[in-house]
Amino acid sequence: MSLGPEEVKKIAYLARLAVSEDDVPAYARNLSSILDLVAQMNTVDTRGIEPLAHPLAMTQRLRSDEPTEPDQRTLFQGIAPQVEAGLYLVPKVIE
Amino acid sequence: MMEWESVIGLEIHAQLATKSKIFSGAATAYGAAPNTQACAIDLGLPGVLPVLNTDAVRMAAMFGLAVEATVAERSVFARKNYFYPDLPKGYQISQYELPVVHQGHLIIDLDDGTTKTIGITRAHLEEDAGKSLHEDFSGMTGIDLNRAGTPLLEIVSEPDLRSAKEAVAYMKKIHTLVRYLGICDGNMQEGSFRCDANVSVRPKGQERFGTRAEIKNLNSFRFVERAIEYEIERQIHLLEDGGTVVQETRLYDPDQGETRSMRSKEEANDYRYFPDPDLLPLSIDTAFIEAARQALPELPDAKRERFMGEYQLSAYDAALLTVSRDLADYFEATVAALGGEAKLCANWVMGDLSGFLNKESKDIGDSPVDPSQLAGLLRRIQDQTISGKIAKEVFEAMWQGAGDADAVIDQRGLRQITDSSAIEQIIDTVIETNPNQLAQYRSGKDKLFGFFVGQVMKASKGKANPQQVNELLLKKLAG
Amino acid sequence: MHDKTIAQLSAGLAAGKFSSAELVRALLERIERFNGTLNAFITVTADQALAQAQAADQRRAAGQGGPLTGIPIAHKDIFCTLGVKTSCGSRMLDNFIAPYNATVVEKFDAAGVVMLGKTNLDEFAMGSSTETSYYGPVRNPWDLDAVPGGSSGGSAAAVAACLAPGATGTDTGGSIRQPAALCGITGLKPTYGRVSRWGMIAYASSLDQGGAMARSAEDVALLLQIMAGFDPRDSTSAEQPVPDYGASLNDDIRDLTIGLPKEYFGEGLDADVARAIEDAIAEYRKLGATVKDISLPNAPLAIPAYYVIAPAECSSNLARFDGVRYGYRCAEPQDLLDLYTRSRGEGFGSEVKRRIMIGAYALSAGYYDAYYLKAQQIRRLISEDFRKAFTEVDVIMGPSSPTVAFNLGEKVDDPVTMYLSDIYTIAVNLAGLPGMSVPVGFAKGRPVGLQIIGDYFAEARLLNVAHRYQQASDWHTRVPAGF
Repeated sequence: MSLGPEEVKKIAYLARLAVSEDDVPAYARNLSSILDLVAQMNTVDTRGIEPLAHPLAMTQRLRSDEPTEPDQRTLFQGIAPQVEAGLYLVPKVIE
Repeated sequence: MMEWESVIGLEIHAQLATKSKIFSGAATAYGAAPNTQACAIDLGLPGVLPVLNTDAVRMAAMFGLAVEATVAERSVFARKNYFYPDLPKGYQISQYELPVVHQGHLIIDLDDGTTKTIGITRAHLEEDAGKSLHEDFSGMTGIDLNRAGTPLLEIVSEPDLRSAKEAVAYMKKIHTLVRYLGICDGNMQEGSFRCDANVSVRPKGQERFGTRAEIKNLNSFRFVERAIEYEIERQIHLLEDGGTVVQETRLYDPDQGETRSMRSKEEANDYRYFPDPDLLPLSIDTAFIEAARQALPELPDAKRERFMGEYQLSAYDAALLTVSRDLADYFEATVAALGGEAKLCANWVMGDLSGFLNKESKDIGDSPVDPSQLAGLLRRIQDQTISGKIAKEVFEAMWQGAGDADAVIDQRGLRQITDSSAIEQIIDTVIETNPNQLAQYRSGKDKLFGFFVGQVMKASKGKANPQQVNELLLKKLAG
Repeated sequence: MHDKTIAQLSAGLAAGKFSSAELVRALLERIERFNGTLNAFITVTADQALAQAQAADQRRAAGQGGPLTGIPIAHKDIFCTLGVKTSCGSRMLDNFIAPYNATVVEKFDAAGVVMLGKTNLDEFAMGSSTETSYYGPVRNPWDLDAVPGGSSGGSAAAVAACLAPGATGTDTGGSIRQPAALCGITGLKPTYGRVSRWGMIAYASSLDQGGAMARSAEDVALLLQIMAGFDPRDSTSAEQPVPDYGASLNDDIRDLTIGLPKEYFGEGLDADVARAIEDAIAEYRKLGATVKDISLPNAPLAIPAYYVIAPAECSSNLARFDGVRYGYRCAEPQDLLDLYTRSRGEGFGSEVKRRIMIGAYALSAGYYDAYYLKAQQIRRLISEDFRKAFTEVDVIMGPSSPTVAFNLGEKVDDPVTMYLSDIYTIAVNLAGLPGMSVPVGFAKGRPVGLQIIGDYFAEARLLNVAHRYQQASDWHTRVPAGF
């Protein structure tokens, strides 16, 4: 499996990662070699095998519907890059 | 000219009326100061983990039972991955392959008096996103995450709807149902109940669906109707002009009354769904489903049927009275307090009471006149203490806090005059002071009878029993 | 004092031979002296540690507290610590002062355990050498040219160099066991769900598990006793009672059956490492254990499956680092897309970016079945292999790592070669089983670790098996020259 520069750029965009043009070939090479490693999975026939998502066969526990969390805005926004009037600020979102 | 058929499916998002969020213990109350109800989990801080709210599951199960759907024994939460500032974790926890509810249906009433069954493909649990505020913050957008993590039930219909009117009828029916179940407050201004519409058109008779457009975020019945109508027209024009419909997301602009493409949000949407590894499969056992079933109230259709039978109401009256559970309860409490006279109660609940509520934008629960007080008023009409007309005056006074019907009647001396000698006295005075009219009446101008009734009622300040006035006046005028 | 085990220090504190404050001061001095060389700590919380130590001394003086009250340890810088920088070894979180405590941290606090600081790690725990850290590589105290392993390399080096008697770690694909092996210390990755993940910054949620690293199995038992237990804040936490891990340490192991998977002794295993492992197995035979050859036929598929599942989960887990609510934000973003791509592009290092991209690719439309689903099916096969094995044997043994510690820079440019250093540890994470690494000698002057794998929630048995070996050997007591 080999990824070309265009595919690398597409994936980088999907993952919202800026990758400089100079770094694209190295990513293409490394990602391709990882996919080659991964391709070893194809040596085994897994038809009919139920996928395993969790190591333990447990089911979801439910919490009672109680508001338990106090307002900690001041603490949380103390580590935010940019806030105003209690809001997190981001560059203008165009809809 | 080709005949077209429109095909519509709705995805309704109902915010569930839990006290805390679906995966965190933050409060869900509407209208709090920005980000004061966004806890570490809602903010997606590093290292936080979700734990599922039992009431969100219970409410989803109740909905499933109410639309005769399957409540899944096992369902799975999945992550829908995309970047947006109001989505703190970079993914929305939703359900994808295995939703909690699937394969239900709902019967809607059509304008022509017939009914139609609309399939409900699925209803799944998911978390709401925050809000982007576009007011100017030094040219930036502000993000409020109070809404992030509020539980949503996304109810997906089959593409069974064939017109904007059907879509609205279906949406209204779901709206009534979720409020009956007490699982959603249905407040559309606050965004508690909103929908996306998938719209396509095809030549009548063609089996294959046309390409659909999805209209996002419709938050009123009127917008749903107008947006769908506009979109149907747009697609038909496009196709008739030889164009093709593009599968895309569109936004309805209520000011312009049109839908517009949202291509900016659309590009390269690849949500990369996969099972959320922080949550385990949701298992719902028989006991849980039975408990949800026990918690089900009488549902709107059943209530409407019962009202028609038990109270001898017309289908129209029964439908109006059962539009909300609170209204229906109010009506029944009034009938019970009065000990019958369902039609009289229905007229007052749908008439004066609803009128005042609408005028002041109040919910029935906030009515200053309670059912026993209304029954007290109706009892005085029944026993002829006051006339229906005077009752309206008494009701207004009660609404304004003047006390019970009897108190108002006594204080204002509104008791009806039924003593025939008293009424005769008034009649005599009226006849005496209007000799010209009397002469004309006696010479054959029957129409003047109404004039005399009016004068007598005026002289009695509306308190004379109208029936007695009629009878006595007829005799006296005849001489 | 610094080379004593936690058990010895606990006895010393209880007997009043020294105070926690004295102990903490001594260790802080050592950290001061050696951290410049080792780079094991990202943050040293000296003032806080001394305050905690004094409080612990008061608790002990009042006859309160438990066995670990006043014992200092270090936390891997992946556990959130309220008011203290929690960087995860990343530029992305270089400015992140955690606003809450991880459950593990809270439990240690409640037990009166003192935090010396936060240890270095591969960025977001992605690596096997602690070279991907934004804060620079950690050096192996046994040989400063060598890596300590990873990702919990800072914790391993700190414990090995006696800068802390114990430390926390996390293990997603071997991140406790491999550095423990490479640094000659004892480390335990518990059963998935045994230790709460609340406040432990996620790499791959279905594989991540917190655990303990120390200089003996007995010490690891003491640490695990505090860390383990159900946590209502973690949906994947197991509602299983926590046994007394100390009580069974000395249990007889003459009825023990050890399975040796042939897949763990084949091609790729360094001959000197193999010899040390065989010696250790021979010691177990002497202690009365029975040894049996077994097979884990799907074990060779563990690495390929892992490098789909872990990156897939990480691509989603790390989407929250977007420069909006906390963490790194690029300078003067031009628009929203620029804010995202540059904050993430500049905030993450290249290994993290590689894994995010692999994961995004494996989950993307059209590839999900071929990658993610297939990997989860293989995960089932691997888990079944272990299930079958544990019907025949009590524990499985093999090397923790195919080689001893490699040199700094040796594999850093070749991700796939680096990935292969976790070849024996990863299957355990896929199955969610507990695993340990115990020092069993040296090869080429660098430590060798024996891996011991147990059945679900058999931590007490693993600790017992390791402890009995340590009663009969002294490899775990060795201290690297110069420390």
